[in-house]
Amino acid sequence: MTSRVEETGSTFDESHDPESEPANGGKRVRRLDRVVIRFAGDSGDGMQLTGDRFTSETAGFGNDLSTLPNFPAEIRAPAGTLPGVSSFQLHFADHDILTPGDAPDVLVAMNPAALKANLADLPRGAEIIVNTDEFTKRALAKVGWQADPLDDGTLGEYRVHPVALTTLTVEALKETSLARKDAERAKNMFALGLLSWMYHRPTEGTETFLRAKFAKRPEIAEANVLAFRAGWNYGETTESFAVSYEVAPAARAFAPGRYRNISGNLALAYGLIAASKQSELPLFLGSYPITPASDILHELSKHKNFGVRTFQAEDEIAGIGAALGAAFGGALGVTTTSGPGIALKSETIGLAVSLELPLLVVDIQRGGPSTGLPTKTEQADLLQAMFGRNGEAPVPIVAPASPGECFTMALEAARIALAYRTPVFLLSDGYLANGSEPWRVPEVSELPDLRVAFATEPNAPDGSGGFWPYLRDPETLARPWAVPGTPGLEHRIGGIEKQDGTGNISYDPANHDHMVRTRQAKVDGVSVPELAVDDPGGDARLLVLGWGSTFGPIAAGVRRARAAGGKVAQAHLRYLNPFPPNLGEVLRRYDKVLVPEMNLGQLAMLLRARYLVDARSFTQVSGMPFKAAQLAAVISEALDD
Amino acid sequence: MTDIKPAGITANGALKLTAKDFKSDQEVRWCPGCGDYAILAAVQGFLPELGIPREKIVFISGIGCSSRFPYYLSTYGMHSIHGRAPAIATGLAASRPDLSVWVITGDGDALSIGGNHLIHALRRNVNLKILLFNNRIYGLTKGQYSPTSEPGKITKSTPMGSLDEPFRPLSLALGAEAGFVARTIDSDRQHLTSVLRAAAQHQGTALVEIYQNCNIFNDGAFEVLKDPATRDAALLRLEHGQPYRLAPDGEAIVHDVTDPDPTRAFALSRLTEPTPIGVLRAVARPAYDRQLNAQLEQAVTERGEGDLAALLSGSDTWMVR
Ligand code: SF4
Repeated sequence: MTSRVEETGSTFDESHDPESEPANGGKRVRRLDRVVIRFAGDSGDGMQLTGDRFTSETAGFGNDLSTLPNFPAEIRAPAGTLPGVSSFQLHFADHDILTPGDAPDVLVAMNPAALKANLADLPRGAEIIVNTDEFTKRALAKVGWQADPLDDGTLGEYRVHPVALTTLTVEALKETSLARKDAERAKNMFALGLLSWMYHRPTEGTETFLRAKFAKRPEIAEANVLAFRAGWNYGETTESFAVSYEVAPAARAFAPGRYRNISGNLALAYGLIAASKQSELPLFLGSYPITPASDILHELSKHKNFGVRTFQAEDEIAGIGAALGAAFGGALGVTTTSGPGIALKSETIGLAVSLELPLLVVDIQRGGPSTGLPTKTEQADLLQAMFGRNGEAPVPIVAPASPGECFTMALEAARIALAYRTPVFLLSDGYLANGSEPWRVPEVSELPDLRVAFATEPNAPDGSGGFWPYLRDPETLARPWAVPGTPGLEHRIGGIEKQDGTGNISYDPANHDHMVRTRQAKVDGVSVPELAVDDPGGDARLLVLGWGSTFGPIAAGVRRARAAGGKVAQAHLRYLNPFPPNLGEVLRRYDKVLVPEMNLGQLAMLLRARYLVDARSFTQVSGMPFKAAQLAAVISEALDD
Repeated sequence: MTDIKPAGITANGALKLTAKDFKSDQEVRWCPGCGDYAILAAVQGFLPELGIPREKIVFISGIGCSSRFPYYLSTYGMHSIHGRAPAIATGLAASRPDLSVWVITGDGDALSIGGNHLIHALRRNVNLKILLFNNRIYGLTKGQYSPTSEPGKITKSTPMGSLDEPFRPLSLALGAEAGFVARTIDSDRQHLTSVLRAAAQHQGTALVEIYQNCNIFNDGAFEVLKDPATRDAALLRLEHGQPYRLAPDGEAIVHDVTDPDPTRAFALSRLTEPTPIGVLRAVARPAYDRQLNAQLEQAVTERGEGDLAALLSGSDTWMVR
């Protein structure tokens, strides 16, 4: 997911190139341009860790990649059941790619439940590696299989590799002092070793990682390393794996620089720390644990040496309340949550609008309404962010389009909040939060300067020598930020309507009308970059417009449509309030505007209301991201009619 | 909300403030005769004693009659939203340990809509002084019963009498692990001031319940504690180191505010005849904000100041040329 829409010149279309077969002694090596692997097992099988490690190896090797973890909301659903299946999908390639892949080429199934839960997603001819040790009568019965699918022809159209993963792992560890039960737990590393052999992944990183992870229990570390190596050696020696695969580094996909792999939540946490550094304001996070946002709290709590204060509050309301209190005191105040948390924070966001203090409100969206689908993705909080408060309470909204962009957009949210003294929404989602991609590590010198000047002098225009907390900057309409501790600027602010300028309580009708319009004008006037449009031929009549995490699948769908000869333009909104200044003009340039969203058409509704364009919605609220093929089909349809 | 120049610095640079320095230019808008006036005057009279410049003092309130309080003081202030003042003040106090942060709240604000924030502020022990004006009624919304109204209270929303058991705010606070718990009365300026003094000296969260007369909707709620004819019998004035009796013929107990066991303080908090006033409990324990800031310092000592470039790179990078 490295390309930006305006740079899309590649002819790759995310479908397979024909493979070549260089000879290599006994075992054959095939060259592939891309692969999609899905690791699936019980929640307790360590599939997320296995996927993470394979991702790191792949990132280090220099492929472009994109990942999609998918796990149940329950921490440990009953073992061996369908609801307990956890999976991790990784798409990697020798060229730039945009999505975690529509369907896996390879499925690693640690038990019958994992096989059954994922079988429907596999295309004909896919490879399946199964842990045969788990295919007992009982385990099969748990998922409703009377006969063993490994024998009864169920898997006839796939290439199946039956591997006794558990037995082989225990065998490999028999020299260690580990009890059988502990030894069995290393089977995910055996599987990782085998896959690492199959795809020629570098292995040192994983060994170093395991030794660091289990530093306090060296015997466990060594057992995992042994299992990992045993898996590799098994691939090398066993007859049942006759072919291994090479996916060359994606040298052309990346601009020069230093790269790492990063998930959206990690990038967001780093963006917040960077914003704190660049603004020279201490970071204060007030937060309450909620999926899928908690990892930001966890990450930030590790970085106290950056002056970061994290406060795990008693509830969502206290989380934002404390952040706002810290902002009053001159901190960069942040609260992180998901949709249900936003619902609880609404009143305080309204207070922040009225107080005109900087505040970052991070919403990692998930399936709703209510508790909804905590671990699944959705982008249905747009209208909540836009309008979900009493009164006229406008709040700027930004939305990253990829995991790595969570970093950039955190800085952008901070820029807007600090410059305009306003709460700002950052809308990420479960897909961005947990998905990962290679990310060019920015130089600190490239980061924007976010420093703000606190008020230090009385400003009353009446010559009284007093301080008017609502005397605005004529350019930005921002009010002065005078923090407690500043002599002579003592003032009181509150949620009651204030007289513009003095900040005194005012119930005057004309003043209220003026203040409502002024707060709106301030947000409308927030400076945001123009919308870039990717229209290589310059003659497209159809524009596909998205926002947030749908960027990858939309861009992949657009590539496919173009590869099939379709003329289609793509643009992606990262600023949703205010919209980019040229959006109206862009929309009017095209005969048709197609808006794919993971909601029931929220952006489309805003566009239709604001610009009177006949934007067409394409929506999906399944908790899963769009697939490239699906969007390619929708785009072709739109081109045809 | 204008303020004229930094106040209280004398020619030789010493800080010398008076009650007048803590009056804002705002017209006070409580009902004539409201107990809030007396509390405001006592607080304005007390603040100079703190020896803290007024720019370092912040009053944060929620919603209700009492919550207008910050507007009438010339310190920094925030009139926030219903029930949330302890949460907002927590963020301020935790990030700005150099400030003296006070919360003004009422029985509805603190004990009904904001109950969760109150109990967690108390257990967390952030350096906040919470003044709870208890008039046992909703004033600003014009006279509904509150969580401290006596059962059977006839009000606009309970024409046949209220049904629920009231909170005893000090019992609740002790149950929430509060380190400092006290009670005083709006009209007894001297006592009120002495309790404010004790609260200000306490490191961590202090809860001061102030019996406050709402002469419009619940007039005379505390009259028996104020009337010279009845008050001596009705009040139990607690003094650290002095003996008291829970019943006229009961055992004399020497009042020890520092007793780590909250049992006696809890017994006092349940007592209504007589009604104890003064400090029930003042037990020192580490304040949250101090500990939080100590963790920041410790992190810097152990790992050095955060290096952004190193953080962003992490340990697993590769170069593309
Ligand atoms: S309603 Fe009661 S509490 Fe409110 S200002 Fe009037 S007298 Fe005071």
